[in-house]
Amino acid sequence: MKKLLIALVAFLPSFVFAAGAAVHLDKANYDLTDKVSLQNGAKLFMNYCAACHSTAHQRYQRVATDLGIPDQLMKDNLIFTDSKIGDLMKNSMDKKDAAKWFGNAPLDLTLEARLRGPDWIYTYLRSFYKDDSRPFGVNNRVFKDVGMPHVLEELQGIPTAEIEYVVDADGVEHANVIALHSSETGEMSSDEYDRAVLDLVNFLVYSGEPNKLERQNLGFWVIGFLIILFILSYLLKKEYWRDIH
Amino acid sequence: MLKKLVMDGIDWIDARIPMTDTWNKHLAQYPTPVNFNFWYFFGSLAMLVLVNQILTGIWLTMHYNPSAEGAFASIEYIMRDVPYGWLLRYMHSTGASAFFVVIYLHMFRGLIYGSYQKPRELIWIFGMLIFLVLMAEAFMGYLLPWGQMSFWGAQVIISLFGAIPVIGDDLTLWIRGDYVISGATLNRFFALHVVALPLALVALVFLHIVALHEVGSNNPDGVEIKQKKGTASEEAKGKFTFHQQYSGKKDIIDAVPFHPYFTVKDIMGVSAFLICFAAVIFFIPEGGGFFLEPPNFEAANGLKTPDHIAPVWYYTPYYAILRAIPDKLIGVVFFGGSIAILFLLPWLDRCKVKSIRYRSWKHKLNITQFTICFIVLGVLGALPATPLYTIIAQVASVGYFGFFIALFVYSKNEKTKPLPTRLTH
Repeated sequence: MKKLLIALVAFLPSFVFAAGAAVHLDKANYDLTDKVSLQNGAKLFMNYCAACHSTAHQRYQRVATDLGIPDQLMKDNLIFTDSKIGDLMKNSMDKKDAAKWFGNAPLDLTLEARLRGPDWIYTYLRSFYKDDSRPFGVNNRVFKDVGMPHVLEELQGIPTAEIEYVVDADGVEHANVIALHSSETGEMSSDEYDRAVLDLVNFLVYSGEPNKLERQNLGFWVIGFLIILFILSYLLKKEYWRDIH
Repeated sequence: MLKKLVMDGIDWIDARIPMTDTWNKHLAQYPTPVNFNFWYFFGSLAMLVLVNQILTGIWLTMHYNPSAEGAFASIEYIMRDVPYGWLLRYMHSTGASAFFVVIYLHMFRGLIYGSYQKPRELIWIFGMLIFLVLMAEAFMGYLLPWGQMSFWGAQVIISLFGAIPVIGDDLTLWIRGDYVISGATLNRFFALHVVALPLALVALVFLHIVALHEVGSNNPDGVEIKQKKGTASEEAKGKFTFHQQYSGKKDIIDAVPFHPYFTVKDIMGVSAFLICFAAVIFFIPEGGGFFLEPPNFEAANGLKTPDHIAPVWYYTPYYAILRAIPDKLIGVVFFGGSIAILFLLPWLDRCKVKSIRYRSWKHKLNITQFTICFIVLGVLGALPATPLYTIIAQVASVGYFGFFIALFVYSKNEKTKPLPTRLTH
């Protein structure tokens, strides 16, 4: 049953959004039951993302509770503003200033995993490459000419791109990125970096729908009850209709 | 002692309002054809979904904030901070799609068994009005989360009214209450969604059922269960007592009382439906991007158009017809016409035989091609338009309207099979 449902979930979106996907997206094998991964994801998010991006629909305390982080530890290590533990995870960046600095104000990321999907985020954060023509010196293979700098540079380094120039039918030259090569200047190895990004994705999937595991667990009980109800109602119907047929 | 107290209580009420008589007239002694099949579950299921929408809707209203500034955040507040708010919200959002699934199957039943034919024209008309109000209800409800698809979907559909000559621009302004979709639009849609249209829906459902009970249900054979008084055998009439209103003037054959026979059967149907309903709510609440569309997880932004604006799946057949026609005004006319023509069905079908079981091969072929065209249009309406898809949509649109034209032509002198004198089961 669960496998069938998972297959359905995986299969259906391909109909609707097949049109937009030009770049191949790597599969993010996140695991919402992995608390260590979620905690690491939260740590990475608060340290590297939260200065610009809010997750303004969720609260610090809810995250702490769900991820098994004691309140005091959360306050001491993961709240960098003067927010209280029960507050929403907003940030103090002024939207107008931010738009001036980056072209667009950084988005709220609470629902990013539901908007773009985990695979997109996973691939996007692993697709920055050196491009001196851009204001921050980087470009992105998934999101061309993105206004965001490579904030995880200290972990990954800045990969270089192998570019192939293609001339289309109208004689216009296009630069296609065909591969990225590690600069070996980051703190992490390539595998460690992938793992870190996956933890971050895991945290964002959690943020998108913190009740997801509770929902699925409850679902088994509800459907179990309904199957029993169906069997009983079938037998009741059969009993009543015995004298008709 | 207790029983006497209850009976006295019932007598007391019956002396003041016809409670027992109404119960008997519409449930315990209401004659229902014995041969109802799978297709007959969807009427009661539609009632169930309506109740689900009203109840979950009431509780959502308690936490929802109908303003352009607060709407999106209040939905996330419901999803996170309200205990079981996520369940209420998913029941409501899944319920909207379930409503259309159930209603489309209910309408298809009417179509194949000729339930719209004389003397049931008004049941069909009331049903179509319910469908129309339901579409408006769902359209306005879809704006309320104030996501990108809410905003831009509403933008596209409201702008269609602008194609109407002379009054178009004023009309769109009047609907929006502003020059663009704004908080003013959101507030009026909220008022209509939670008060005006549900009232209209409930009133129409009442009339639908009053009309149904006046003439009685059709059935898969399309043969009436009411015969001229004194013509039916005792065996055909069976052992049940039916209300004087039905059995007084006619002999009733091959029928059972709605209660308990169809109440127990419908409880079984409800249980099966709820298994599917719960499977979506608890395991795929986004319905693969069809019930909750991914762009709607981003707050409405009037300056940023999504790559691909598609209406929710239940509107896509009509949207595909709209897009298939290059001229906007003619497109809008056919878009409206695709719904309007359904109202005329009882008069377009001139055949005396109701059920597909006893009708000609032409009719079977026509219904098959109509069904295929409807599904093809539904799929195409959800996809971005390409030249090839547009041609397919044009062909399917011809099939859609062709159904009604062909029906009108061949049904006059249709070669039908002989009808049975009794229901088959």
